[in-house]
Amino acid sequence: MNYSEWNGFKDGCWKKAIDVRDFIQTNYTPYEGNEDFLAGPTERTQVLMKKLNHLFELEQESGGVLDIDTQTVSSLTNYQPGYLDKELEIIVGLQTDQPLKRGVNPFGGVNMTNQACEAYGYKLSQKVKDEFQYRTTHNDGVFRVYTDEIKAARRCGIITGLPDAYGRGRIIGDYRRVALYGIDRLVEEKKRDKKNLGCRDMDVDNIRCLEELYQQINFLNKLKEMAAMYGIDISRPAANAKEAVQWLYFGYLGAIKEQNGAAMSLGRVSTFLDIYFERDINNGILTEAQAQEIMDDFVIKLRMARHLRTPEYNELFAGDPLWITEAVGGIGEDGRPLVTKNSYRILHTLYNLGPSAEPNLTVLWSDKLPENFMRYVAKVSCDTAAIQYENDDIMRPQFGDDYAIACCVSAMRVGKDMQFFGARSNLPKLLLMSLNGGRDEISGEQVAPAQKPYEGEYLEYDKVLESMVFYRRWLARTYVNAMNIIHYMHDKYAYEKTQMALHDTDVHRFMAFGIAGLSVLADSLSAIKYAKVKVIRNEDGLITGFETTGQYPAYGNDDDRVDTIAQVQVKLFYDELKKHKTYRGAEHTLSILTITSNVVYGRKTGATPDGRGAGEPFAPGANPMHNREKNGALASLNSVAKISYDYCKDGVSNTFSIVPQALGHGDEDRINNLVSILRGYFKQNGQHLNVNVLNRETLIEAYENPEKHPNLTIRVSGYAVNFHKLSKLQQKEVIARTFHEVI
Amino acid sequence: MYGRIHSFQSLGTVDGPGVRFVVFLQGCNLRCAYCHNPDTWSLTAGAKFSLQTVLERIRRFKPYFGECGGVTVSGGEPLLQWEFVAELFKNLQEERIHTALDTSGTGNLKGANEVLKYTDLVLCDLKFSTAEEYNCYCRADMNKVLSFIKLTEKMQIPLWVRHVIVSGLNDNPARLQHIVKIANHFSNLQKLELLPFRKICSSKYEDLKIPFAFKDYEEFPDSKIDELYGAISLSPRDV
Repeated sequence: MNYSEWNGFKDGCWKKAIDVRDFIQTNYTPYEGNEDFLAGPTERTQVLMKKLNHLFELEQESGGVLDIDTQTVSSLTNYQPGYLDKELEIIVGLQTDQPLKRGVNPFGGVNMTNQACEAYGYKLSQKVKDEFQYRTTHNDGVFRVYTDEIKAARRCGIITGLPDAYGRGRIIGDYRRVALYGIDRLVEEKKRDKKNLGCRDMDVDNIRCLEELYQQINFLNKLKEMAAMYGIDISRPAANAKEAVQWLYFGYLGAIKEQNGAAMSLGRVSTFLDIYFERDINNGILTEAQAQEIMDDFVIKLRMARHLRTPEYNELFAGDPLWITEAVGGIGEDGRPLVTKNSYRILHTLYNLGPSAEPNLTVLWSDKLPENFMRYVAKVSCDTAAIQYENDDIMRPQFGDDYAIACCVSAMRVGKDMQFFGARSNLPKLLLMSLNGGRDEISGEQVAPAQKPYEGEYLEYDKVLESMVFYRRWLARTYVNAMNIIHYMHDKYAYEKTQMALHDTDVHRFMAFGIAGLSVLADSLSAIKYAKVKVIRNEDGLITGFETTGQYPAYGNDDDRVDTIAQVQVKLFYDELKKHKTYRGAEHTLSILTITSNVVYGRKTGATPDGRGAGEPFAPGANPMHNREKNGALASLNSVAKISYDYCKDGVSNTFSIVPQALGHGDEDRINNLVSILRGYFKQNGQHLNVNVLNRETLIEAYENPEKHPNLTIRVSGYAVNFHKLSKLQQKEVIARTFHEVI
Repeated sequence: MYGRIHSFQSLGTVDGPGVRFVVFLQGCNLRCAYCHNPDTWSLTAGAKFSLQTVLERIRRFKPYFGECGGVTVSGGEPLLQWEFVAELFKNLQEERIHTALDTSGTGNLKGANEVLKYTDLVLCDLKFSTAEEYNCYCRADMNKVLSFIKLTEKMQIPLWVRHVIVSGLNDNPARLQHIVKIANHFSNLQKLELLPFRKICSSKYEDLKIPFAFKDYEEFPDSKIDELYGAISLSPRDV
């Protein structure tokens, strides 16, 4: 197969089969120079960005949502084309017919959509309600099957945030395929797969797969139709850089029109696109300024992506995020860095357009990255606090060199892996429930099967561990069961047709479980082991508080006595999960990531033996608890780095906040020192690091006078948010966290 | 061998080059009016750590040191425990870890001589330019400081001289020129660092129930430090 659009590209297997990685490897040009080549924003870009900033302001003034189309169900071709500025835009396509106007997407659940409309003063139209009256949503399906036990576990908060009422997300379509091959070729391949599967025996798996392929083909054609509404024909491959960005963006746009999944990540596109930019620049038909302008325009589009959410959802995932995660950098399996000029360009949008939470720019860090690039990204962190880092040197051996990050920390081979997202379970609550013989420490409700509650006045380490065995087994089983139900129903009623069409038909599936409150659990067990913990029971005999006397080693000080406890607890839980069969044979994975749910989880959890009061927030992700770190920032990083990636292949999130002065005197020292810190952390197999370089005073000022820092962006567990989009409670929690300072 | 230690800071970026593990030793012979670590004064507070324990802790942070980072021993006055510091530095140098000594320069010279054998960089305070002020604000003998610095010069150990700036006390450029002149006298000088007077330590004084001699002085603003460097036509790097 050959297309004239491919002229100038080197031959490879990518021409014969869908193989974007091979295309990249045979055609890309690594760049080891510095950032001096970058171009500033053009006048056009500045005008457009000004217009968008004005809309952002209006959106904030309107309570966070500018407008809702309550009449039209969101899908690929249901809205007329929309523009921010038809004359000025280089890359086109909006989710609805107006910028920042949100569509409704009731496939996850009509009630949620209804509540979301009402939260912002709208009403879901009768028309949409009628359309869904005889339609089963994902949410309907799940609740038809949920057992009382799962419902109770969900209600008390030992398992929460489950994607049972909203789109599961965390699936990354290989949007690059649209640009490289054009829709017609993709349809052709899928048709061939369908024909091949038709020769097999018709068992449940095969029948489901065939129906999915039918839907994938159907939606690939819709994608073509959607583009045609904008006057663009994407049936053929993209012929130049601008088209490549446009084609790819249409793929992504189709996905977010169809699905309102929690995390709708972009993948790993910048180095792929660089090949097109290089070709055009070498052919003399594109200048650097024009290349940057196209990337700026693309990122402007991404910054406009939105979904309609309920207030409850915002508690778990605050700040209106879509996790449009783009993985930048990393090293190829042949040792060449995957850093290109376009890796710089996408990061440079943070200067040209100003700092922003989206897209969620994620640097794949390797000790072998070019020195210039390391220094550039460290500078971006110091200037914007808008990027995160993940360890390519530990992920590449598992996922190869063409993986991307879904959401915050979840690695997946692009177009080859997908995951069943599973939120997280609350392990401090597991401890409390084990002590209380299966009862919830707050309501007293018997949630898990009854066992003899803990007896005696003081907690003994071995006895406590023993009591956890039974409930850990119960929790793992309940959790896997809930996940199997959810994903069965999601596949059945809200299948991601567009995104899965941009995957190989024979896709590998992960089932991504999660842990919240690891540091609280580790410190609590450490307190039980090394200090003296007396239990306090209410008149009902329920253990509702603790009196802890004496010192205990706290997680976050590079102290093996407690860090080992954290490591062991993670492994125990993972091993327990693996004992249970998953839907579609998915591979069990685990993450230690909370997003902003550490606040809600804390609220739903009674006092813990580590001295944390009832209702107080957990630390985010795998972070140590606030202000328990006594040996400085690196000791804290070392503790987190000990959590083994082997058991947490879905990621171990760590957020690191430091005041600029503590990074050194002056910009030069700060950049050098941040590079040293990143190198050291990742050399010890840390998986993820959010880096905030800012003063607590700035946050306090922004808390008190929001207008003074309208664009303040900070990194929270695995993503970035505009500080003002957090609730006041979440803002306070962020301010309370440890900021590493100079002594 | 044991050292009496106040605390460890795993991320030090302002006491020597690069990323540094800082060991704060317990105990000090001076009582500087602007001291920000009064909790390190007492000779009996803190905790005893064996040399091996300290070395083991430090090794955990090797991955962060890169090409220019390492270990800084500060205090308190590290030279009060010179045997421990010498042994620590000797071991660190054997492991190719960069060693920096942060001292007031008032310890005994024989001990200093032992420590300096294994020291890659000396950070020495030059707190005042006259013996009177040294005596008045630190209860220290300036001659001892100068002899110590001379020793570092003789042993050709790179030297950073540090000088704390207090508003209304020593922030006028003319007085600063004296410090520059003294510092420049030493051929091993690499850097002269001006440090702004800070008061985040006030709460420590309150906790310890020790009067804070300089509690009525204002903090010295960071931004003015650069002005001072300008006034004495010096950048922090180009001595």
